[in-house]
Amino acid sequence: MAKPNKPQHAPDTGHEWDGIRELTNPPPRWWMIAFHAGWIFCIIYFILYPAIPLVHDSTKGILGWTQIKEFKEAVAENDAIKAPYLKKVAAMDGQALLADAGMRNFAESSAKAIFGDNCAGCHGAGGEGAPGLFPNLADDAWLFGGDFDTIVESITDGRQGNMPAHADMLDDAVINQLADFVIAASQGKATEEGLIQFNEAGCNGCHGDDAAGGAVNELGSGAASLTDAIWRFGSSRDDVLRTIRYGVNQEDVPNTRIAIMPAFGGKLSPEAIKMLAVKVHELGGGK
Amino acid sequence: MAEQEPVNIDDLYADATHWHVNTGGETIHAKRMPGRFRSLKWYASTLWILYMITPYFRWEGHQAILFDIPKRQFHLFSTTLWPQDIWMLSLVLILLAMTLFGLTAVIGRVWCGYFCFQTVWTDWFTWLEDKIEGNPVQRRKLDAAPWNARKIRLKLFKHTLWLLISIVTGVTFAAYFTDAFALWHSYLTLDAPMVAWVVLAAFIFGTYVFAGFMREQVCFWLCPYARIQSVMVDKDTELPTYDVARGEPRGKVRGAGSESRGDCIDCKLCVGVCPTGVDIREGMQEGCITCGMCIDACDSIMGKVDRPRGLIRYASEKVMAGEVLPPLFKRPRVIAYSTIFLLAVAGIVYGMTHIPPVELSVVHARQPLFIQMGNGTVQNKYTIKALNKTPAELHFKLTVEGVDGIKIVGEAGNGIVLEAGKMIPFHLFLAAEPGVLKGKKMPIHFVLESLESPVIRMEYESVFIGPAGY
Repeated sequence: MAKPNKPQHAPDTGHEWDGIRELTNPPPRWWMIAFHAGWIFCIIYFILYPAIPLVHDSTKGILGWTQIKEFKEAVAENDAIKAPYLKKVAAMDGQALLADAGMRNFAESSAKAIFGDNCAGCHGAGGEGAPGLFPNLADDAWLFGGDFDTIVESITDGRQGNMPAHADMLDDAVINQLADFVIAASQGKATEEGLIQFNEAGCNGCHGDDAAGGAVNELGSGAASLTDAIWRFGSSRDDVLRTIRYGVNQEDVPNTRIAIMPAFGGKLSPEAIKMLAVKVHELGGGK
Repeated sequence: MAEQEPVNIDDLYADATHWHVNTGGETIHAKRMPGRFRSLKWYASTLWILYMITPYFRWEGHQAILFDIPKRQFHLFSTTLWPQDIWMLSLVLILLAMTLFGLTAVIGRVWCGYFCFQTVWTDWFTWLEDKIEGNPVQRRKLDAAPWNARKIRLKLFKHTLWLLISIVTGVTFAAYFTDAFALWHSYLTLDAPMVAWVVLAAFIFGTYVFAGFMREQVCFWLCPYARIQSVMVDKDTELPTYDVARGEPRGKVRGAGSESRGDCIDCKLCVGVCPTGVDIREGMQEGCITCGMCIDACDSIMGKVDRPRGLIRYASEKVMAGEVLPPLFKRPRVIAYSTIFLLAVAGIVYGMTHIPPVELSVVHARQPLFIQMGNGTVQNKYTIKALNKTPAELHFKLTVEGVDGIKIVGEAGNGIVLEAGKMIPFHLFLAAEPGVLKGKKMPIHFVLESLESPVIRMEYESVFIGPAGY
């Protein structure tokens, strides 16, 4: 049976305000237990963990716990989980990586952050590039080749486009006619006469006899196909004229087009580049 | 300024003369007596035997009831619930709440009195205490006695048994979340994972302290349900009630003035058997868990003194006042609770019978929204997430419908293999000639169809986005 509790008969503290006396009823025992447990917890916590702020620093706590240490441990834990997969990435070739759904998914997910840190600045978060400035990685037009190994090569060693400036080599009327021809070619309306003039001007040396880029692309010339709907440096007549007149990456030529992809071989691990290549390959135009 | 009249503090508390708060200052040693409600309490507590043995049942090669948190799968016999199905849990919670509210409105805290784990485990613990240390009088004497060999022996025996029950309770709880037999093995070989030890320690501590020491204090101070019960009962609710009209004035059976006295002989047995230390004769109060022990006690005494039983009985306030209790279906609370209850049941039945075997979701790439390809076509990228919730590997064909001329690029729609219980997202491209595109954004839908019969067919609405101006 419970002890009869008559709170109003407890002795008072002698304090009285407007007839209201302060009594000395004890708090419930569970409350006292919680109270003592509370301050004991605090003291133990203060001893174990950083707690008391000092002028420039705070007490360290005997466990030596810090947030950055916990973060680093978590990163190490994550790395340990990823390690066997990265080993697999290193061992597999491009075709195998793309064919294995699980590994492809791992590579793409891992490459998301790497792409964001290293590639998205120019090529955009979705690889869509920037018209006239940076190439679109999501379409199927590749200046240097869109197969897995070539993509790896492009990332590792970088790329540098090259097209001579024709302003001093060709008559301005010819340049205008060539511009009209390639614009027509990109719309599938190429004319015989235009192609003859194109080849006579020497454009076929890089862009191929059919103006489709073709086999020379595989040599790493970076010469674009002029027959597809995609323009590296803009599709307007003025853009095309500028490209023909001043070329690409020409030293001491003002108005020349700049097309330089830096090499990431020294910056990223081979595994990271492989995973990036999987992501780029899967953006939409991988061959 | 007028002289203020001195206030007598005791007058302020006049209403509270019966008010005494049980703060656990003294252990309640309730007497155990046989009776109708005592038997009912035993029967009810055997339901918890089910809790104890359920983890050991096997069903179709796995644990019949298993809440697999790491794999995010809940196995209930043949049914497997995935995180996507968890909305049904809210219906289950509503259902349980309505059961509790409805029962409370009709017969009070029947959960507290007979079924609650706090009540049941406390009952088991005090039963052991009664067997080991003797009846309440002997127990109080033992508590007050100085420590000697006998006291140490009895206490040690009791606490060992309490701890054993606590350990079994904890292991049982943990066994719902992992394979029960493997769990026992890992505990016995001291090889269990950290989380298993923490759960076990928490449950041993909780069971031992709550059922062994805090007991009715949990009901008084910790339990939220006890706090809201006063708004869940009304004048129609049947509760253990002392018949004041019949019982008062209470007093001895014989002696001067006994003729004018009521039926209550003031033996205080109703208080002595109460597990929460309540005096039911003061009326319904927060400490009463409506377990009916006082009814058993009073009935036995009434039998002995040749007075009719039922001085304390299950009765509603209305019946005690001589009114007629309305039938169940005419009580608004009962109607409201049962309606919500039935809606929840309907929702759960619908959910359980309509769990899709495959979950399909298609996400259109946000950047770039579309890609212009070299041959002039427009391409859109989609991420397909298909989860096979069945236990078998399934083969699928994915097609796209809605706009003629929008086609899947390559063979990506064929030969889709979904492993059991796995989801690996994959990409898919749709392409269309510019002439096909009639607007900036065209609604299409993906259809995922299984090659095996019975055919599983899932649809997902999406869009194809093209450049404006076509």
